[in-house]
Amino acid sequence: MTDSSGNVKIIAIVCNWCSYAGADGAGTARLKQPYDFRVMRVPCTGRVDPLLALKAFEKGADGVLISGCHPGDCHYSEGNYYARRKFELLKRMLPHLGIEPERYTYTWVSASEAARWQQVVTNFVTKVGELGPRQGGAL
Amino acid sequence: MRIGVFICHCGTNIAATVDSHGLAERAAELKDVVHTEDVMYTCSEPGQAGIQRAIREKGLTRVVVAACSPQMHEVTFRRCVEDAGLNPHLFEMANIREHCSWIHDDKELATEKAYEIIKMAVAKVRTAEPLFPNEVDVNKDVLVIGGGVAGIQVALDLADAGLKVTIVERETTIGGTMARLDKTFPTIDCSACILTPRMVDAAHHENITIMAYSEVDRVQGYVGNFVVDIKRKAAMVDWNRCIGCELCVQKCPARGPDYFNAGLAETKAIYIPFPQAVPKRAAIQTDYCRWFQQGKCRVCSRVCPANAIDYDQQDTYVQRKVGAIVVATGMDVFPWEEYYPQYGGGRIPDVISGLQYERMLNASGPTGGHVHRISNHEEPKTVVFIQCVGSRDEAVGRPYCSSVCCMYTAKQAILTKSHCGDDTDVYVFYIDIRATGKGYEEFIKRAQSEFGVNYVRGRVSKLYEDNGKVMVRGMDTLLGHQVEIPADLVILATGTTSAEGAPQLAQTLNISYDEFGFFKESHPKLRPVETNTAGIFLAGACQSPKDIPTSVAQASGTASKVLGLLAKDKLKTSPEVAVVDQSRCVGCWKCIDVCPFSAPEKQELRDGTSRSHVIETVCQGCGICVATCPVNCISLKGFTTDSLIDQLEEALLG
Repeated sequence: MTDSSGNVKIIAIVCNWCSYAGADGAGTARLKQPYDFRVMRVPCTGRVDPLLALKAFEKGADGVLISGCHPGDCHYSEGNYYARRKFELLKRMLPHLGIEPERYTYTWVSASEAARWQQVVTNFVTKVGELGPRQGGAL
Repeated sequence: MRIGVFICHCGTNIAATVDSHGLAERAAELKDVVHTEDVMYTCSEPGQAGIQRAIREKGLTRVVVAACSPQMHEVTFRRCVEDAGLNPHLFEMANIREHCSWIHDDKELATEKAYEIIKMAVAKVRTAEPLFPNEVDVNKDVLVIGGGVAGIQVALDLADAGLKVTIVERETTIGGTMARLDKTFPTIDCSACILTPRMVDAAHHENITIMAYSEVDRVQGYVGNFVVDIKRKAAMVDWNRCIGCELCVQKCPARGPDYFNAGLAETKAIYIPFPQAVPKRAAIQTDYCRWFQQGKCRVCSRVCPANAIDYDQQDTYVQRKVGAIVVATGMDVFPWEEYYPQYGGGRIPDVISGLQYERMLNASGPTGGHVHRISNHEEPKTVVFIQCVGSRDEAVGRPYCSSVCCMYTAKQAILTKSHCGDDTDVYVFYIDIRATGKGYEEFIKRAQSEFGVNYVRGRVSKLYEDNGKVMVRGMDTLLGHQVEIPADLVILATGTTSAEGAPQLAQTLNISYDEFGFFKESHPKLRPVETNTAGIFLAGACQSPKDIPTSVAQASGTASKVLGLLAKDKLKTSPEVAVVDQSRCVGCWKCIDVCPFSAPEKQELRDGTSRSHVIETVCQGCGICVATCPVNCISLKGFTTDSLIDQLEEALLG
């Protein structure tokens, strides 16, 4: 477990129905997680404009994680399908903006996957932690 | 703007790892924050009264509570601030428990993180606007999916209260798993004697419509106003004519597998699952019918006195409009054959599942209630039960307890003694005995002392055939030595698994399910029969393995929740919906394309041009259109882009 804090700043944008509840479940089960991430709740990953992730990088995030319901399980039927296309394009675009693609990931964690949430954030924070703070300031 | 921040200790749940008092002092420095305090239990009555007092005395116009998850208490606190005269949407929760204190150990770092979470919440509440709900009419009809004992109980409770209920059942008869059982524990009373009158009650109830051999195909709409497409599967028999006389079944020359008898026997290609079926109607399994497979036969058509056979019948679709949906799809038996090669994987004839044995014990089952070996039809002299097959076994991906097997094994052990005589040796291999219901422990004790069932603590490692016997090799962990029993019949206390197709149904309904396919309740203690989709409820074993008393009790609980919802004539809809800035809309209609609920519509303006307009009562607030609109003219109330960016800034710049 990463106990060293203040090293990197990571934003986790999560959907209300699956990943936020999964993160709640991880808390309820007292599954220890790294300090270096802040959760921002949205109703659905379909609400997430990729520009929001870029905005996070612009404001100084060292990593951005987006997580929602598994494909097929979206609370709003198909929000995560729209989201997936956009997130995939964003992934390809990041290197052109000078951002290492490893600093960004999107994933699916359901409300019952508390242990998976712990694993996802731990892995991502560790990976971004190895890269260290992002150099070059705004984008 | 006057913001108040209340920081909860939650006893020691938060305060043990987060310095709530220190945070209250620091939060006072934040912009627009005029009042902060730390509270032992914010959700308690004095805690809520304190918030209301501060709103009145300090003139607060916005409130932040830093405590548990909004999924836990957002509703509680919104109501609290509303009672004090504040719009409930001028409130925000900072989750410093599930997302901070419970997942960290270092108090200093956790407190720092909690501070940032609070800053984000304050930033969000600063952009909040008062929102007002709309009202929609409520359809008071109910759809119950699954006609097992839980579904029947829900339907009868609701119908007795005066609501119109439709039961959709995918088999040709209602009754579910309970209809296949012989006796029920811990009273050893006859399962059919309890269930079949209830089935008939449901069939005759003026407020209940049973759609058997049907499946839910599509669900649209939202709480209070669902539109459900139901597929009525072709039975190849006109059920309006069929009288259930079974002449066709008697004369049919083709045989097929018998689902109802758990594969213990065969059925005819045209079949009625059991004599008390409701509705008692025949259906053709076309995969086994000679007419459908070989193009000749038509015996059923010739013998049918009602002229009901219709080989050209097609699936049909009907639509139902309902205000609430109850899911009661039950469970299936764990497919042990695929997972337990050490128990023969289904190749040893005298090793059968608990449900197969249940059918064998049943007087209307394929053996007429006579217990015999499958291999030679002789009465067994030594019967061995093995518990936890497909339960509490991580090796087969089933870590959970199926909750019924200990009890039904004890019941079957007792019944074995009464069917085959006292001199029959009965052994039960177990890991632990779970007998937690009313009268359950006493029942186990009866099996042991009164009926002389031998309980052996330990797992069975191997079953193999030897000299006409099934050799049971296992460990007696209490005596600490290996045992080997030559058995005539071995019954596996097969665990329960989610019903076939459960994940697909969950996707149709937009409800959550767990890794095993059991549907997820909204909250195990606060909202145990609700799902996260408003208006959709759960009953029975589809939520987790349950026995009959628990399923029925839960089903009545579910019915009361449905009644609570439908007692209102109008429902308030969430005001957190999308809104279009029509002055900037370019009329590309991408919002209309992406919306899963058909909420945006074209609205013609006075100048003859059209702009997008979101119907507030239809919008579910997902925000897909917001992220799709190319000119950013759609905003999601409660989750505006500004509020999200403000949160980002607080999290990153602080």
